[in-house]
Amino acid sequence: MAEAMKMRATMEGNVVDVKVLIQHPMDTGIMKDKNDKLIPAFFINQVVATLNGKTVLESQWGVGIAKNPFIGFRIKGGKPGDKVGVNAVDNLGTKYDGEVVVA
Amino acid sequence: MNQLRRAFLKNAGAVGTVAIAIAAGLLKPGVVFAAAWNNLAFTAKDPAEAMKNAGYGGATESSDIVIKAPDIAENGAVVPVTATSNIPGTTSMAIFVEKNPAPMIADFEFLNGAEPYISTRIKMAKTSIVRVTVKAGGKNYTSSREVKVTIGGCGG
Repeated sequence: MAEAMKMRATMEGNVVDVKVLIQHPMDTGIMKDKNDKLIPAFFINQVVATLNGKTVLESQWGVGIAKNPFIGFRIKGGKPGDKVGVNAVDNLGTKYDGEVVVA
Repeated sequence: MNQLRRAFLKNAGAVGTVAIAIAAGLLKPGVVFAAAWNNLAFTAKDPAEAMKNAGYGGATESSDIVIKAPDIAENGAVVPVTATSNIPGTTSMAIFVEKNPAPMIADFEFLNGAEPYISTRIKMAKTSIVRVTVKAGGKNYTSSREVKVTIGGCGG
């Protein structure tokens, strides 16, 4: 689901600054809908980022990350033209990925 | 003939599904998610227990972890938090909201040149201490700051 992810990677001095937005409800599993029925937990729980295919960030998320998650991170040793990739998966196993070229 | 037609349609359908799956990135040989999700840490209701289960127990207070967050968050559903560790050799960082029903928010491991810096948006059920813990040189460090929440938002 590449369309669910928006990415930007720009040089900030000698560091690559990456910003990622993913469309996802991030349901906690403790909220109720308007009919008083529990909304089951549905959230992105693992996110991995790569620079030119090499893993730079491995993360685990809980339900406390806000809806439509945003994450920003920085990588030393990158340069314009390099590729930054992000792979995410939610607790139901749906995968999301995105790739962007460093500007 | 009907048989043939049925078989053809069935195959066409199958091929179509695969094509759609590839287009959607579902069948792309993706990154292998290394570690199993730390259920024990993420489901702990007590912040100290969550920290311990996540491997951040016995952390020393450090002012070298800089947390940027609003003093007052009007909407607890979306609270921007940015954390930087200035401790040399920082390899990972986790965020906790002590008063949330599930205090552990996320855990990040920095590899191959990633800087010990994370910017994200978190949920806060109510006014609470936001705590950031890091691992560096085989030791754990922590820093915290309070964020006052006007409207709780533990569910978005």
